[in-house]
Amino acid sequence: MSAAISITDLQVVYDRFHALNGVSLEVEAGESFGLVGESGSGKSTLLRAVAGLAPVSAGTISVNGQKLGPRRDKAFYRQVQMVFQDPYGSLHPRQTVDRLLQEPLAVHGIGDGETRIQRALDEVGLGSGFRFRYSHQLSGGQRQRVAIARALILEPSILLLDEPTSALDASVQAEVLNLLEEVRRARGLTFLMVSHDLAVVTHMCGRLMVMRNGETVEMLSAAELATRQASHDYTQRLLAASDGFVRHPGTFSPG
Amino acid sequence: MTPLLDVDDLRVTYPTRTGEIKAVRGVSFSLGRERLGIVGESGSGKSQTGRAIMGLTPPQAVVTARTLAFDGKDMLKMTPRERRALRGKRIAMILQDPKYSLDPVMTIGSQIVETLRAHENVARAEARDRALSMLEAVQIRDPKRVFNLHPHEVSGGMGQRAMIAMMLIAGPELMIADEPTSALDVTVQLDVLGILDRLVSTHGMGLIFISHDLRLVSSFCDRVVVMYAGKVVEQLPASELHNAEHPYTRGLLDCMPKIGADRHPLPVLARKAEWAT
Amino acid sequence: MSEIARTRREWLLSERPASRLQARLGRAYVTWRRFSSNRLAMVGLGIIVALLVVAALADVLAPQSATIGDLKNARLLPPSSAHIFGTDDLGRDILSRIIYGSRLTLYVVALVAIIAAPVGLLVGTVAGYAGGWIDAILMRITDIFLAFPKLILALAFVAALGPGIENAVLAIAITSWPPYARIARAETLTVRNSDYIKAVQLMGASPFHIVLRHIMPLCISSLIVRVTLDMAGIILTAAGLGFVGLGAQPPLPEWGAMIASGRRFILDQWWVAAAPGGAILIVSLGFNLLGDGLRDALDPRSGGQ
Repeated sequence: MSAAISITDLQVVYDRFHALNGVSLEVEAGESFGLVGESGSGKSTLLRAVAGLAPVSAGTISVNGQKLGPRRDKAFYRQVQMVFQDPYGSLHPRQTVDRLLQEPLAVHGIGDGETRIQRALDEVGLGSGFRFRYSHQLSGGQRQRVAIARALILEPSILLLDEPTSALDASVQAEVLNLLEEVRRARGLTFLMVSHDLAVVTHMCGRLMVMRNGETVEMLSAAELATRQASHDYTQRLLAASDGFVRHPGTFSPG
Repeated sequence: MTPLLDVDDLRVTYPTRTGEIKAVRGVSFSLGRERLGIVGESGSGKSQTGRAIMGLTPPQAVVTARTLAFDGKDMLKMTPRERRALRGKRIAMILQDPKYSLDPVMTIGSQIVETLRAHENVARAEARDRALSMLEAVQIRDPKRVFNLHPHEVSGGMGQRAMIAMMLIAGPELMIADEPTSALDVTVQLDVLGILDRLVSTHGMGLIFISHDLRLVSSFCDRVVVMYAGKVVEQLPASELHNAEHPYTRGLLDCMPKIGADRHPLPVLARKAEWAT
Repeated sequence: MSEIARTRREWLLSERPASRLQARLGRAYVTWRRFSSNRLAMVGLGIIVALLVVAALADVLAPQSATIGDLKNARLLPPSSAHIFGTDDLGRDILSRIIYGSRLTLYVVALVAIIAAPVGLLVGTVAGYAGGWIDAILMRITDIFLAFPKLILALAFVAALGPGIENAVLAIAITSWPPYARIARAETLTVRNSDYIKAVQLMGASPFHIVLRHIMPLCISSLIVRVTLDMAGIILTAAGLGFVGLGAQPPLPEWGAMIASGRRFILDQWWVAAAPGGAILIVSLGFNLLGDGLRDALDPRSGGQ
């Protein structure tokens, strides 16, 4: 059994609103899989449901062959970790980087914190100079690196990425994307990545799923997307939109 | 012929207890009836530039310029009253998120009517008719219904269209749009830009489009000003962007992932200290 | 500035601290600088420090005994060089009584803060984080306490427990935790859905751990501010209980009780009531100024910049 994440007919309902309506998905171990859609498409909800942060009302989620119940145990969180969208909101404002990285080790009773923290900081390219800083002393890109280090310090096999670069400047985005690719290669991680940016997803992922209104629109490979072989109309529209603005001189109304 | 807007050596400085923060450090450009894009990353001073032109910087900010002239008249020499009369009537501004720039307790229609009557002496009925036709012009399908809705009852895209309608109702000559579509979904983004584009062309307005998105700006604007650390590093026609000379502009263009381009790892921008001097 | 002082300052303000200690001290130093730039807050701090010094050195500072007076020669003497604030109806030196009374005031204030603040913090954070029926039960209990005027409730408790300063402290503590619980709950509600709390949940941390280690530290600063601002009210409540005879019992030199006993002579021998009244006023003002200064210095919103 090689599926890292396997989801069947997943439904998430918030106050009678169907945020996710029967979505199925299979992600192979070591694969990088993208979820694309606009706001309200349910892409983030899907990610949160896997992490145990959204109420699942029907359907099943399995991770590394094990079916998940409504409560996740500690062992689950050593396999699956998440990086959040907003680097300004995902770090505790009163804790140093050191304390942030210490926390997961303390929760799981892991020793040799000293070397692990040092190694984690080196791995995300921050070095020891950042170890005792508070989050307000860091830039957006540095914060996101800390968040990645925090996710990696438990050595998970699956990383959930919720728009990890959409709050960053383009130049910083490139650095963080490169970092993510690097750690994936080095550790053989499985990525499940959410983004509204088709270019980012095709860059990072081998396969992707286009979502809309809590449902699957279509599933296709990055190569198919790159050659614009999307069968669905909505995907074509997203593709066109990501090219930028196109002026249609014919549509000018004469008044 | 005098340009619509002439900015020469604009500086915005914030005095703080530990020294001055220079947000904008000598920006110069001029604008005719065209679409000018101002691009930069966070902290480049692009939004501060837009706000300084609009006269919306916070009171502690010090704004200086050799010239900051709108239609030949220096705005820094105007009285606050004259400046206020200019705002909304001849210069309008659209902000990023319509949720924060529309009054939550007033209906969309009455806000537009209010704006119009603040600048022109028109009867209520006429103002209402013009507001409705303006809502129609921003391609709102059922203007009568939207007229009576409150801002929280409409979607982001609809809110931003209402915002554009409100800003355009007094017939401004210059429009400053600060990240007008960043809070919107990509497909809605293009619809809103299409509306903005059409209205700017038909009204013959000047437009300053402030954005972090180089790709969007280059496809939408006629001319692009690239800012870095409070300064203009390069000014060039949008069609010539791929021939940009400054390493910062090139780096910025280069580091974005593109569909169909297989580049691993992505080239990163190597910042040089001399760009900021 | 000397060379050593300058390098020490640079060490404290370093952008890249090299140890846990340096990071913590640096943060404390920044807070202190923000606090000390507020002149009124420094006045408040000065008053409170003076109160602490007076209380600690009461045996040395007090010129005479606080409880034994000269009934024959020194009853109700006006202020003079021998008795700066005069004497009371039992011939006791009022200055000495005020100096010893500072100990009682500090005792009351400190005990109330130590009992009420943690109770409020615990109830508020647990209610806010747990939500659901736990929240409903805890908050309804809080509401019941809030529904009574503070002094009346304290009076009822003291009447039931019996007069005395320990019972007064207990009564005041019991009546003053509910506002802290409300503040802590409100603060908890704003942070419980933030991504950084979600991130800790995703580590598999227990709710108890999250409340204790991540939510409480965020609520503490606004609680400290609120407690400091309430100190003045606590002193006044204690004085009020003393005034109606349910607080400290004679011959303890409690300020409120002193005013109560001076009331009988207020028209002819005004200093008997005025001196302890002035002391209460100054200390209350001191705590209020300190609290205002702390609010500005500890405000988590300005902590980022």
